[in-house]
Parts: sequence; structure tokens; C-alpha cells
Amino acid sequence: MNTKLTSSLAATVAAVLTVSLAVSSAAAAGGGAHIERQSWSFAGFSGQYDKQQLQRGFKVYQESCSNCHGLSRIAWRNLVQPGGPEFPEEAVKALAAKWPNQIPDLSDEGELARVKKDKDGKVTGFEYVKRAAKLSDPILGPYANEQQARAAQNGALPPDLSLITKARNVENHSGWVKHVLVDMPKDMLVGYQEGGADYLYALLTSYADPPANFTLGEGMQFNTAFPGNQIAMIPPLSKDNVIAYEEGAGAKASLEQNSRDVAAFLSWAGDPTLNARKRIGWQVMLYLLITTVLLYLAKKRVWSRIAH
Amino acid sequence: MGSHESTYAPKSRLAKWWDERLPVMRLMSDQLIEFPTPRNINYLWTFGGILVLCLVVQLVTGIVLAMHYHGTAADAFNSVEHIRRNVNYGWLIRNLHAVGASMFFLAAYIHMFRGLYYGSYKAPREILWILGVFIILAMMATAFMGYSLPWGQMSFWAVTVITNLFSSLDGIIPGVGTAIVEWLWGGYSVGGATLTRFFSLHYLLPFVIVGLVVLHIWALHIVGQNNPTGVEIKTREDWVPMHPFATSKDLFAMFAFLLLFAWFVFFLPDYLGHADNYIEANPLVTPPHIVPEWYFLPFYAILRAIPSKLGGVIAMFASIVVLVFIPWLDTSRVKSTKYRPIYRWFFLLLVIACLALGYLGAKPAEGDYIMWARIFTAYYFAHFLIIMPIVGIIETPRTLPRSIAESVLGPSAAVEKR
Repeated sequence: MNTKLTSSLAATVAAVLTVSLAVSSAAAAGGGAHIERQSWSFAGFSGQYDKQQLQRGFKVYQESCSNCHGLSRIAWRNLVQPGGPEFPEEAVKALAAKWPNQIPDLSDEGELARVKKDKDGKVTGFEYVKRAAKLSDPILGPYANEQQARAAQNGALPPDLSLITKARNVENHSGWVKHVLVDMPKDMLVGYQEGGADYLYALLTSYADPPANFTLGEGMQFNTAFPGNQIAMIPPLSKDNVIAYEEGAGAKASLEQNSRDVAAFLSWAGDPTLNARKRIGWQVMLYLLITTVLLYLAKKRVWSRIAH
Repeated sequence: MGSHESTYAPKSRLAKWWDERLPVMRLMSDQLIEFPTPRNINYLWTFGGILVLCLVVQLVTGIVLAMHYHGTAADAFNSVEHIRRNVNYGWLIRNLHAVGASMFFLAAYIHMFRGLYYGSYKAPREILWILGVFIILAMMATAFMGYSLPWGQMSFWAVTVITNLFSSLDGIIPGVGTAIVEWLWGGYSVGGATLTRFFSLHYLLPFVIVGLVVLHIWALHIVGQNNPTGVEIKTREDWVPMHPFATSKDLFAMFAFLLLFAWFVFFLPDYLGHADNYIEANPLVTPPHIVPEWYFLPFYAILRAIPSKLGGVIAMFASIVVLVFIPWLDTSRVKSTKYRPIYRWFFLLLVIACLALGYLGAKPAEGDYIMWARIFTAYYFAHFLIIMPIVGIIETPRTLPRSIAESVLGPSAAVEKR
């Protein structure tokens, strides 16, 4: 038998077993933490983004998150477009041009890197060719690749944040009766899709000192919202050093407000078409509703010709 | 084709000329307009039309998505994000397709339970029913491969777990399971080759489904529709022409169904999916909780309920294959469960067992969950293999109406006022 296949099969089986064991122990321990639901302007079947909140959230991203995390599925132009933070185009252009994480490019000779020479003309190394960002470019983080990120971050990888709220959700810890008969119908009726934002808010506001009997790994932080309670990310926001908002930004800066705003901003980054989706959704629902009623009346009329 | 005489009479010379060469208008007229529809069928009979609608939605949206999608391991995830973010109305097409798969299964399951309840699998509809079982199998294969295409974490690990099931065949003939797995993967692990072939098959299988659906509808139009009494059409009083009666009802039901469909597309596009599928596939990181889409959960629960891997795989496939045999496992003299005082309680238990297996499939396989999964799995098979044959023999059915018309108009069978 092929040894490569055998070993990959064995690895998969081992992985599946590990997972089921991990899941068992997590479930036995009560699973992840309880995540409190927050109220969001973009929640439910009618919610829309709050432009001012997205602008504040971008500021939090810019001043804190972007030190480690990229936002590469969002282009600078998206910050200008309707349904988002809707910053003025000129301001975004200027910001993109000054953004420290520049765009990889080709040299005039068509190369990714150019030779560095000292003043005697001796080759001393290479440097990547980079240029300032334009509106059409993605918002990049500080690291060129995973290896560079891990090397700089004590082995941890700060994920790109473009989809972070979509890629997280909250678990339902209720028994089956409440879960299936109460919570699920309620969530479907109100259009609850904000689990990722709820989780992110909880994560950002749940850093704490570990309990006495808890052993933290080296360089790890204690966080009650994070599964397993040990997270590599240092607290990105803090009570004592809030990210200040300008006069007229619509809210007063605090740890909670910073967290709420950046969670809203990243929800937009993960789902930039939400405003249009829900607006068109209601137009479609209205059309379908009227047509359904008309078709029902037509059906009733047709069937009134016979006993049935 | 069809069990009734053609009533089509070409009105113009051109229509007559055409009719003598390719009687497609005659086919339409006989099968879609004049086709005899039992006058007593209820709204559960509208799901056939709804399913055709679902199939068309999946085909149209799928073909458009394929114009923007890249079926390679490096680009698949990015291309789905490109569709969501940059393609004009890409988010709409993608939501329609993803939610559409769920709606397709929802309608198919209702359609199947309707057939089970009213005995629509019994003679003369055995072939019609078995074609339906083939369709649901083809749908499952298509949906499974489609779910791999976004190449997120759940895509990748669902493919890994499910394709690995075939390795259990090594327990029967050593080497065969491994060979099948290797053949499915196109290599020694799930990777780009697997994705590319799944994309190809995901595009092919829907057309196989179309073919099966044509046969399914053909068979339906030979034997005619069943109805809530299970009594066949006997006289002219028993039926109404398909148009405008069934068509007006189907159209209303389709739009009512579209309301639910649109609710999920616009307001809950990710509710039926899994957050982990917004993380790009990574062979080195296993998600904490690998679960299939909701429509596979009952089968997943059966798979995990059996303590042996091979046994679980056999049970999972058997849970569908057993449906092929129920036309002969059901020994009842009457079709409709409405007239079966004992069996109707067992039918209720079957529905509960299927829903419970769905819930348990989403839970970790441990402790009480696994015990309940075993109980409901045992019931699922016992229902078809033991209860159906035995209850059919010992039960005395309630008296059937003499005709469909009598069930609607009362024993006097009044002449309809048309």
C-alpha cells in the first residue's frame, strides 16, 4: 500500500479523533463563554450601517488594529462608496498615499526587488519595490506574508480582518427545547445575523487578570470571551488609553465605545453590500407579497367554479 | 405519453402542418393544460412545481456564478469574495444559489414526506417513487460537491471527512477503500485536484438531475397524480383539467414559497451556513466542530450513531436506499395514511425521529446525544423494515370514499355546477 496515502489517511483520522475529543471536552466544560448580544444599527431585517459609527470604527482600526492586521479585501475606494463610512474622496486619497504599508510593485526593469548598493557601487542586498497606495489598492497590514508576521508576533498570526465578523459566531448554550422552539424561530423572524459583531465586542472588552489557579502560556493574555481563555493578541484597546474621537463624531470615546465602533466597522468590511441588500430585500418582499395576494385571489376565483 | 386521450385540435393550417411533423403543441396541451388533476389535492401537492422552480433557480444562478468563479485551490476562496464584493449584484446571485440549495432540500423533504404520508409510492407509482429517490441522491451528491467550492474551512474538512468514509471499505477488501479515496481526491490528500474535479462534477450533475426530473414527470403523467384519499381517478367527476385549476394553485404556492426564499436571501443569507466557511481552507488547522449543512444532519447523525466506521457508512447509505424498497415493504391495502388509524401514529414517530436526528447531527457525538441518535436511528430503520410490513397486515383501515368526487361532494355525489 502507498505509504504516503496511508500516512495522510492516518493523519486525517487522527485529526478527526482529536477534534471529536476536543469537542467533547469543550462541551463537557460548557463550551465557549456566554456572549451577550449587543444592539447594532445594522441588526435584523431592517438595520442599516450608521455612517458616523463606521467612520469612528475606521479610526479605531487605523490607530490600533492596523499595527498588526491587514484589511486586504477592502480597497481604499470602498471607504468612499455609498453604504460604507463614505469618507470624502480627497481625504481617502491623501490617507492612502500616506499609508505606511505600501503596495508591492515592479521596478522599471520589471523586477519585484531592486539591488541595493553602497556608495562604492558594491551590492549589499535587495529591497522590494513598493509604491504608495491609490484608491483602487487594498488596505494592507504591516506584514508581507505569514512568515514575516509570525516572526514579528512571537509565533502568532494576526489574521486579516476583512472577514473576521463573518468568520465568528456565538454558540447557543440552551437546551434543545429553548434552542429549537424559541431561539431559532425568533432569530429567523428578526433576521439575527450579528453573532460575529457580538463576539468581537465581547472579545475586545473581556480582557482581565487571570484567576489565581490559571496558568497562562508565555506571552499569552487572559480573555474570558476567547475559547480556552488564552489569546496571543495583547489588549488592543484599553480603558486608560482610549482612542479619542473628534468633536462631532457622534459618540464619546471609551473602551466600550471604541470596541463597539470597530466591531461595526469590521462588520461593514465583511459585508459591504448590507445596506443595498436589505433595501432591495424590502422592495422584493413587497413585490412578492402583492403578487402572492393577487395570485391567491385569482386561484380562489378559478376554484370557485367547482366544489372542492 | 399520458393515460388519457389527446384532446388537442390544431386551429390553424400552420398548427396542423406543424402537428403532423412535431406534435410539441399537442404534448403541451395534453400534459400542461388538459392533464387530469384530482380535484381534491391539497397544498402539499404544490411542492412538485416548487421543486422545478428551485432547480431552475439553481441552474441559472449557478451558470452565472461559474462565469466569475475560479475552481483552483489558490483562487477559489478569493473568487467567491470577489463575487460578493465586486461583481455587480454578485452578492445577490451568490445568496440565491447558497440559500437556494437549502430551499431545494426543504421543498424536497416536504415533497417526500407528502409521498410517504399519502402512499404515493404504492402501485402503480413505484417507478415514479424510485426515480424520486434517485433524484434526491443526485441532489445530495451535487450539494455536497457544491459546498466544497467556496473552499472555506468547513468546505475543506467536510470533503476530508466524507471522502475518507470510503476508506472504510478497506475493511471488506483491503486496498479498495484506499484506492477509491485516492481516486476521488486525485492525489494523496484533499487538494486542488479534488476541488477542480468537484467543480466539474458539480456542473455536470444538475443536468443529470434535469434528465431524472423529466423521467419523473413522464412517469407521473403516465400513472396520474395521487390524492389525499389514495383512491384513483375513475370518472369525469373526479378530476379537473390542470389548467387553470392546478396551475393557479401552483403559481400561488410558488410565490408564497418565494417569500420565504427571499426572506433568507436578503435578511438571513448566512443563517443556514457556518461561520468557519468564511475562513479560507487550511489543511493544517482543523475546525473545532465539523458539521455538514442542515439538510445532511440526520444522515450525519446516523453515520455517527453506529460504533463501527464501516457500519456507519453502510447505515448512512442504507437510510436512503431503503426508500427504494418501500413500495413492497408497505403491505397496507390502502394508500393514504388518512385512513390508517394505527400507522398514522408511527408516521408521526418517523417525522419526530427524522427531526431529532437532524438536531443530534449538529451536536457532538457523545454521551446522551449518541444514545438518542442510536435510538432514533434504530427507529428509522425499524419503521421501514418492521413496522411498515407488520402494521399493513394487522391494521383495519377506515372505509375509503367510493370515489374522489364522493370525498369532495358527499355521498350523493352531486353533479358539479360548471
